[in-house]
Amino acid sequence: MSLQIFVPQDTTALALGAEKVASALIQGAQKLGLDIEITRNGSRGMFWLEPLMEVETETGRIGFGPVNTANVESILSVLNSDSVETKAMEHPLYLGEVSDIEYLSKQQRLTFKRSGIADPTCIESYQHQEGFSGLAKALTMTGQDIVDELKNSGLRGRGGAAFPAGIKWQTVLDTPGEQKYIVCNADEGDSGTFADRLLMESDPYQLIEGMTIAGLAVGANQGYIYLRSEYPVAHKILNLTIERAIKAGFLGANVCDSGKDFFLEVRLGAGAYICGEETSLLESLEGKRGMVRAKPPLPAIEGLFGKPTVVNNVLTLGAVASILEQGSDTYKNFGMGRSRGTLAVQLAGNVKRGGLIELAFGVTLREVVDNFGQGTFSGRPIRAIQMGGPLGAFLPESQWDTPLDYEAFAAIKAMIGHGGIVVFDDTVDMAAQARFAMEFCVIESCGKCTPCRIGSTRGVEVIDRIVANEDRDNNLILLHDLCDTMELGSLCAMGGMTPFPVRSALTYFEEDFGISSRRDH
Amino acid sequence: MLDINSNVDQLIEQYKTLPGGLLPLLHAVKEAVGYVPESAVAPIAKGLNLSRAEVHGVISFYHDFNTHPVGRHTVQICRAEACQSMGSRDIEAHAKQSLGIDYGETTTDGLVTLEPVYCLGNCACSPSVRINDDIHARVDRSRFDELMEELSHASPDAFGVNS
Repeated sequence: MSLQIFVPQDTTALALGAEKVASALIQGAQKLGLDIEITRNGSRGMFWLEPLMEVETETGRIGFGPVNTANVESILSVLNSDSVETKAMEHPLYLGEVSDIEYLSKQQRLTFKRSGIADPTCIESYQHQEGFSGLAKALTMTGQDIVDELKNSGLRGRGGAAFPAGIKWQTVLDTPGEQKYIVCNADEGDSGTFADRLLMESDPYQLIEGMTIAGLAVGANQGYIYLRSEYPVAHKILNLTIERAIKAGFLGANVCDSGKDFFLEVRLGAGAYICGEETSLLESLEGKRGMVRAKPPLPAIEGLFGKPTVVNNVLTLGAVASILEQGSDTYKNFGMGRSRGTLAVQLAGNVKRGGLIELAFGVTLREVVDNFGQGTFSGRPIRAIQMGGPLGAFLPESQWDTPLDYEAFAAIKAMIGHGGIVVFDDTVDMAAQARFAMEFCVIESCGKCTPCRIGSTRGVEVIDRIVANEDRDNNLILLHDLCDTMELGSLCAMGGMTPFPVRSALTYFEEDFGISSRRDH
Repeated sequence: MLDINSNVDQLIEQYKTLPGGLLPLLHAVKEAVGYVPESAVAPIAKGLNLSRAEVHGVISFYHDFNTHPVGRHTVQICRAEACQSMGSRDIEAHAKQSLGIDYGETTTDGLVTLEPVYCLGNCACSPSVRINDDIHARVDRSRFDELMEELSHASPDAFGVNS
């Protein structure tokens, strides 16, 4: 039997040369006369080890990483020896059994339990790993039963707003309508986040299953995945897997011979951050400018093309599949307070060991950054952490003991958002980061609300004046006043939360603006 | 020009009945022509029963829809926070200086158009650069130069998803 080797095909592994590693393995094995079979699996999410190559042995799946083409020859000679297990241990890139790597074994993987194990496009592999068993259960339940199960799980929207998913679904179920829609928000634009991408690239059938269950629950027969155009690999994989799911009878007309239909289509965004906001996303799906809508009406009542619509994030819909499969009580047992289940933490930026870390809510930011991240990539001290994307606050060390819990973060005027953590070392200029927050708002504002559209431009100018020490005291008053106006006078989080990174930078890192005596002349 | 117009007309036929079809149509036009030409606005408006202002409004709203021809390769540098924390501001400056162009411009030999991008979802291995449909991780100055060197030797068709 040929030796089973796994080389990931997710964006990060590819960006680090996985394709070249795979071809070098094939060529090298041919030269040695070694019989190998390469599976292009998804990623485990341990990105600092990518490309992470795995080999099936008698004792389990062992890993080598990060592998580049220069290491291929020596790894193949290990694999070509009589005692692979013993020889492997001597190799500098040997990682041992992959599932035993602490970074992975210390996680509580529910949504990402299948990530990186098999070829994500292989529908049989998905089925072998309990795939579609949530759907099978859902097919035996009424819509109300499915919604009740979701309510009982305590699942809250993972896109950032953390609204209880079951209540949203209940509203759509209760709203009469011939045509309803399920929309998946896959416009993952926050810097420092990649969990949606990883799920779509490493376990796409789970998303397809979750959306189909949502369709059954609320009575919708059409779904759209609104995917950002910055994710070409996910685009390819989603289209392929949707096609395969239709062929296998899990999607399209007459799902699993139930007499119910669920059609699914991927729609590409076009490079607009604001389209991650759900009403802007709906406008964009309708073929319009991504202008934010006023609420009410809620999308659950008047959503896509004016019809009742569930809009959920990729991770929310992914979690649905595992909640139906394992039961809502299991899911609910993870977490703290009103934050139930697990959070897909994404550790990014200037960090030694970045990646996807799925953990029950309640662990502190410091535990994640210290235990998993193990310091900065540059080796310098950490100075600031931005949590929750470009609209999230910059947190100084005094706040790193905050537990990952929606309410605990809200209490310190910060947010968990979509779970992205960006680490900055001590070379960061926090005034420049505050300026960038305003600049980003200038570039990405949809333009509907004046405080967001104009306020952000004025914000850049005012920060420039503060840094240049032009009438600093008065400009500081002006900046706070401007932040108030943006927070209170914008329809959505773009204008409403851009002040969060700006104000936190000002509050905790004022010396970078030239304010404290340390840098003042 | 004739070619472009007949191409666009064909695509309009294909997409005009698709619900919310304007964005998919514009992506298809961009794919076929390389950009969204001004001459496409009127026929698209007519085909989709929209005003020209509406079509123009959509094209100008989204960063993806260039209205002018671009270089043979599109190089995007991530400007978002995770990449900033790993030195992307330096890569931006280096790219602009070494290519001799600013964002939104094309090198005089028509090889490269430089664009900013806000997150490629590769934030654990920053800084990231996208070249056509390939994303590259941990790009520093010398890696950027290597990538540009490869572009100058490659045929335009040689670049798919991480080929």
